[in-house]
Amino acid sequence: MAKAPRSKKTATKSPAEDTDFILHSLQDRLEKDRQFKASKEQMLHFYEQMLLIRRFEERAGQLYGLGLIGGFCHLYIGQEAVAIGLQSALDGDKDSVITGYRDHGHMLAYGIDPKVIMAELTGREAGISKGKGGSMHMFSTEHKFYGGHGIVGAQVALGGGLALAHQYNNDGGLCLAYFGDGAANQGQVYETMNMAALWKLPIVFVVENNQYAMGTAVGRSSAETEFHRRGTAFRIPGMDVNGMDVLEVRQAAEIAFAHVREGKGPVLMECNTYRYRGHSMSDPAKYRTREEVQDVREHKDPIEGIKKLLIENGSSEDDLKAIDKDIRKTVTEAADFAENSPEPEASELYTDVLVGEY
Amino acid sequence: MAIELKMPALSPTMEEGTLAKWLKSEGDEIVAGDIIAEIETDKATMEFEAVDEGTLGKILVEEGTEGVKVGTVIAMIAGEGEDVSATEAPDEPVPVEDTPGEGKDVGREPSEAEITKPARKTDVKDPEVPEGTSFTSTSVREALRDGMAEEMRKDERVFVMGEEVAQYQGAYKVTQGLLDEFGPKRVIDTPITEYGFAGIGTGAAMGGLRPIVEFMTFNFAMQAIDHIINSAAKTNYMSGGQMRCPVVFRGPNGAASRVGAQHSQNYGPWYASVPGLIVIAPYDAADAKGLMKAAIRCEDPVVFLENELVYGRSFDVPDIEDYVLPIGKARIMREGSDVTIVAYSIAVGLALEAAEELAGEGIEAEVIDLRTLRPLDKDAILTSLAKTNRLVIAEEGWPTCSISSEVIAICMEEGFDHLDAPVTRVCDEDVPLPYAANLEKLALIDTPRIVAAVKKVCYRD
Repeated sequence: MAKAPRSKKTATKSPAEDTDFILHSLQDRLEKDRQFKASKEQMLHFYEQMLLIRRFEERAGQLYGLGLIGGFCHLYIGQEAVAIGLQSALDGDKDSVITGYRDHGHMLAYGIDPKVIMAELTGREAGISKGKGGSMHMFSTEHKFYGGHGIVGAQVALGGGLALAHQYNNDGGLCLAYFGDGAANQGQVYETMNMAALWKLPIVFVVENNQYAMGTAVGRSSAETEFHRRGTAFRIPGMDVNGMDVLEVRQAAEIAFAHVREGKGPVLMECNTYRYRGHSMSDPAKYRTREEVQDVREHKDPIEGIKKLLIENGSSEDDLKAIDKDIRKTVTEAADFAENSPEPEASELYTDVLVGEY
Repeated sequence: MAIELKMPALSPTMEEGTLAKWLKSEGDEIVAGDIIAEIETDKATMEFEAVDEGTLGKILVEEGTEGVKVGTVIAMIAGEGEDVSATEAPDEPVPVEDTPGEGKDVGREPSEAEITKPARKTDVKDPEVPEGTSFTSTSVREALRDGMAEEMRKDERVFVMGEEVAQYQGAYKVTQGLLDEFGPKRVIDTPITEYGFAGIGTGAAMGGLRPIVEFMTFNFAMQAIDHIINSAAKTNYMSGGQMRCPVVFRGPNGAASRVGAQHSQNYGPWYASVPGLIVIAPYDAADAKGLMKAAIRCEDPVVFLENELVYGRSFDVPDIEDYVLPIGKARIMREGSDVTIVAYSIAVGLALEAAEELAGEGIEAEVIDLRTLRPLDKDAILTSLAKTNRLVIAEEGWPTCSISSEVIAICMEEGFDHLDAPVTRVCDEDVPLPYAANLEKLALIDTPRIVAAVKKVCYRD
């Protein structure tokens, strides 16, 4: 027997009474005011951090070209505003972060020493994973940064577990779980969304939509390309955010984190961004035109955006140039360190396989 | 100082390429991110992007040049305030010396002498059961539950999650009573979503908790095996020892009764092949309890393989407070001098039956229960082999690439001089398990097959 269609409720309700409103409420709040009111110091700090990621990644690309970095190396150039906007809003003592393999930027956003990150890329003993993890597998439990995962989408379920631990321990923390538009088509992402919503876990799912899953444009892989809508089936409110604007990302973070910290369960945030470089280093870039990349660089670049604001707010070109110079120096030092540090001792081959002795 | 632009490697295997096109000319201003040239490899054309800023000085390799070796200086860049005309060809590069351990030589093979494998603990034994200790007949199902409940009482971080573990009291009643005692926060019913909840359990362990993740059967854990192996087993190593993952994945494993091929596989050999995992497969109730407690306390991820057909069997469990057994130690279930039968899980029962039957024919078999499949207790196998000189492995599972295969390899490599007969394995038939009662019986290991194999290695058939 067919189910009788449910009658549409006709009575008008205030947003507070409308149970479906919650799915749109966060987006509505963002649209009221998309810009985070940053102080000049905060803006300078965002500029500095994004520039550090940019310069670090450019150098990593260069070291890869020289054969000093092996295997896969996924650069974050173009996406800097996402990690900086979100992570600047975290409570560093409580909150946890997890991401996929494009992870250099998220680590730098924590202020982790670029030297130990670069030394991991070159596979040296001084690397943050002792040279055993490489570009895709870096962690800092000290900062509650839980990796750095190489299997597309796995970090989302693991992030659900970190959120479960926050809830279980009642520590007031939340988990920020990043994944890409490619990972957004993995089944376990939705398995996790279901449980996270069911158990009201403190987690913010962030889709870093850089428009291409390796070489496949979102439109060629996804029936619903508005990824922020994909939580609706699990009653997870979505947010559609310009990931090229650090102040908008930060504003969205404030709204999302407040919602989660009130115990209202997960939020799904889509940050629309763009990766200037290839998926990994060896990417022929045949799936998009040079003009497309150049257009984003010229008109939407997150670093140029904040730079313009800073100059409007009275910073001088020279001040900003001085910052750039300092960052170049930091990055050069990191690269030198990474190049000149010793490889791991052979005796490290069998360490860290197991914690216990049996 | 002028900066050298070198021919980049655009993939890990690229050794040379063609400088297809210069997109900048001598004297052009360059900022980071500018595309300076196009480079062709045998696979693709790629763009070469600038990292440094300055003015393009001398171009040293003309466009169209083929076979340009990676690392060749192709042009010079003059930095701010530098004279472009002064940026001529670079000095001859100084070759980097290959100093062992100095890290200049990327990819150097470490010599074998430098590699040290961790030593196995040799001094651990099962806890003493003092004379006069009373025993309680307990089913394996209850013993597992008791082990979990004791650890949950001791450690707030321990919790159980899985399908039907709470309100239903466990699909096989292994978690019976836990919800009543510990409440829904610590006994969590999950949706039917193995990949997802295995990931959540693993992530919770990374976040500092001690999850026990129940799979209704390990057959369903196939959907979750990525988290067990890629997330749980490898992360400690990949993080250089930073990331702990003290999770227990448990549930019934191997053939049950008439449930067909998809519900009947033994995954022991699969998990036992993975560095970074502990794999436990007990047989009797005391071992089930003592090893469950050890698994929960273990700092490493544990795969704990139970057996549905053994859940209801009862065995004596010593009434000792906090009965914890060592991981990685086999147990001699029956002493004998003529032949060794190595087994684990349900096959231990079959091996003991076979041993009784063989004793009636004058063959004294020593039966060893491996209990832990990884790390495997080689010493126990080799010590027994040195005593009996003959060995049969009994395994309820497929023969190919099995625990049996591994035991045979150990005997060949390290026990060859002790062998008086070829080591023989008795396993299930190499087919998906059939449903029909007669075919299922034909496919599964049984006592007569073990007896026959033992007689063969004793040259008594």
